Amino acid sequence: MSLDLDQALQTYIAEARELLQDMEDALLRLEVDPNDADTIGAIFRAAHTIKGSAGLFGLDPIVSFTHIVEDVLDRVRDGDVVIEANLIAVLLESGDHMLHLVNVVAAQGEQLDAEAIVRENGLRVRLQAYQDNSGMGHAVQVEEEIPLQSSGGGLVETDNWHISLRFGQNVMRDGMDPLSFLRYLSTLGEIVSITTMFDALPLADEMDAESCYLGFEIDFKSEADKATIAGVFEFAREGSLVHILPPHSKLTEYIELICLLPESETRLGEILVATGALTQQELESGLSEQQTSARPDGSTTPLGEILVEQRSVEHEVVQAALDKQTQSKDSKNKESRYIRVQADKLDELINMVGELVIAGAGVSLLAQRVSDNSLQEAASVMSGLVEEIRDGALRLRMVPIGETFNRFQRVVRDVGRELGKDIELIITGADTELDKTVVEKIGDPLMHLVRNAMDHGIESASIRQARGKSAKGTLRLNAYHDSGSIVIEIVDDGGGLNRDRILQKARDRGLIAPNVTPSDQEIYNMIFEAGFSTAEAITNLSGRGVGMDVVKRNITALRGAVDLDSTVGQGTTVSIRLPLTLAIIDGFLVGVGKSSYIVPLDMVQECIELTETDRQLTRERSYLNLRGEVLPFVMLREHFEVEGAGARRENVVVVTCAGQKAGLVVDELMGEFQTVIKPLGKIFSTLRGISGSTILGSGEVALILDVPSLVQQAVNRESQHVSTRQAPHQLSCS
Amino acid sequence: MPIRSTTNKDGQSLLHIDGDMTIYTAAEIKDELMTHMAQPCEREIDLSEVSEMDSAGLQILILAKREAERHGTSLRLTGHSRAVLDVLDMCNLAPYFGDPVVLSCNEKKGQ
Repeated sequence: MSLDLDQALQTYIAEARELLQDMEDALLRLEVDPNDADTIGAIFRAAHTIKGSAGLFGLDPIVSFTHIVEDVLDRVRDGDVVIEANLIAVLLESGDHMLHLVNVVAAQGEQLDAEAIVRENGLRVRLQAYQDNSGMGHAVQVEEEIPLQSSGGGLVETDNWHISLRFGQNVMRDGMDPLSFLRYLSTLGEIVSITTMFDALPLADEMDAESCYLGFEIDFKSEADKATIAGVFEFAREGSLVHILPPHSKLTEYIELICLLPESETRLGEILVATGALTQQELESGLSEQQTSARPDGSTTPLGEILVEQRSVEHEVVQAALDKQTQSKDSKNKESRYIRVQADKLDELINMVGELVIAGAGVSLLAQRVSDNSLQEAASVMSGLVEEIRDGALRLRMVPIGETFNRFQRVVRDVGRELGKDIELIITGADTELDKTVVEKIGDPLMHLVRNAMDHGIESASIRQARGKSAKGTLRLNAYHDSGSIVIEIVDDGGGLNRDRILQKARDRGLIAPNVTPSDQEIYNMIFEAGFSTAEAITNLSGRGVGMDVVKRNITALRGAVDLDSTVGQGTTVSIRLPLTLAIIDGFLVGVGKSSYIVPLDMVQECIELTETDRQLTRERSYLNLRGEVLPFVMLREHFEVEGAGARRENVVVVTCAGQKAGLVVDELMGEFQTVIKPLGKIFSTLRGISGSTILGSGEVALILDVPSLVQQAVNRESQHVSTRQAPHQLSCS
Repeated sequence: MPIRSTTNKDGQSLLHIDGDMTIYTAAEIKDELMTHMAQPCEREIDLSEVSEMDSAGLQILILAKREAERHGTSLRLTGHSRAVLDVLDMCNLAPYFGDPVVLSCNEKKGQ
């Protein structure tokens, strides 16, 4: 297969996946509101488009299965089949199977394995229950219509459809092969006869090898309705002539057709007779009748008028045409709003912007050094622009988290059924945006947490009622921005965690010394510890530990943090805090001795001077008095063991993280700095308190402080001090 | 060069088309083929090495046949590959070209 077609196929696969996702979302919506015609229409169109495009690529397994689904959906749309839970279940499973088909048949170019075939057959049988199994529907319809139409002239004898196609010159340039339409058509019925028309083919010199000059006259035997057959050629409509005459059409319609087509009447007449669409007699009488009833004023009646007049346009065809129009409008809107860009191109751009930021910082530094005013001004304008470019580039990678959240509608529904619990998922903050790479990586941990909450958090309906709660459990997914991070919350209204049992277990495992009393928060967070597995855990603790350490590890790998809060009987809240982006941050540059460090600016709350009195006091206690507030602090000089005596003046940078405040004592405040994060090598991965490095304008390296861990450290030390002072006899243990 | 020119045992011009006859190669094949067709003589086109054919390829064959008729010479297609046969069958064009089509016995045909 040539490269370009491959690309088109890739586009098809991506689109099909999106459509299936849309279809799934719509089905879930339908479960709530079964009569929403728009949603039903959307599902139908999704299936229809998947089938249509699959036909173009000759992906027969997809076409044949999707056809059944589409058929059922069509009947739903017409109101012949009522939406009910079973139907939605079948359709959801069919959607899954279609996704499997797309993945296997289209993406890998392989055949289905035995298991999938069994599943498909099962689905086919279940879908057939909703299909129009009488098979007589259309026949009856046609018979009913015949008497109405017969006033216009005799009916032709043949019971085949007649399809006339004249493809537009651009069909092939648009990436479609007329032959693939024929292949697709033959999946709907039997092509009784076909005549290839190439009268439009010009002389060799004028012929453009990439234009299409072909046409076909087809006699077609099929049970399908007109809309389905018309749908085959939907993608070719633009610039192409497509005429479809149903079986037992009026003779005049054939004559009309002959007049409309570009070839001469005699030639077409011969073809129609030869292929059996018309008998010789029918043709002759038809043509002569037309001549006798020639229009007196020589004008031609518009085709639409004729068709309406003769009631030959079936309702479905008009509907299909309308669908097609709105659909193409929709897709045009979508196209103008989005461009598909390869992710690595974007990464490259962001990388370059990162380098640009560093280079810009170098220029600003030089400008300051030479103290040339105009140069400094130019440099500052430039760095302003660079900043905007940086933000713009980073925004390109931002995607709303809603898409990830919506996936869980299905998970919650399925797992809920499996567990026999009625659980409602409420999503808020779906518009909150975060970096695409983060979104991709957060899916698995979220899935884990959601499943856990449903399985072990939310109680069964009977227990809930006994506890005076509504039988229906609620699971919330929420997201919001908070000082340079995004916070994702998974909230359930279940039984909550059993604090004592976790504490007991932690003690048994030796995770907590027997005589230390940790805070509730610390106890709950124990379940994220490795080895806190479910093996022998009991009742409402069970399962909560499954892979929770993996969840935590995944989140930590994204420079995030996970926190858990729980009230017995009320439920559990898991909060995940993630950085918005992984590439560039606004930093605050501070100096300790000769080294420079960077604090993420979003976390800096204020800077205060460390007064001489405070300095004296810090020798005795590990907190500062910040306007009457206790502020634990970390001396960076001591923490990083910076050599040399302390500076004459010291400053405190007050940072906040996850609701906790701490002070970082530094020598020098050097101001804001755009920081391009360069990851630290593996050797440094065990270093605590540092999350990365960056390059300053001067070429020096500055370390980025891992504020959350520093704050945690300061707070822990402080609370340990408090507990030691309260219970001096425990000193030896802590 | 997708077209190789040789002579067959009767001294007639024999053209071999190799590879795909699709929209991607159509322009090139058409130009080359038409250059060959300009010489008035009997000729044969060997299609045994055609790996893929679409409507664009089909048009070229029709064009070649018609040009030959216009010049009053003859054009024979031989050695139809599977890909070519499929297309000719689907479009019911084998009678138009009127060439004997050889089917190998293990290929079961629907017709």
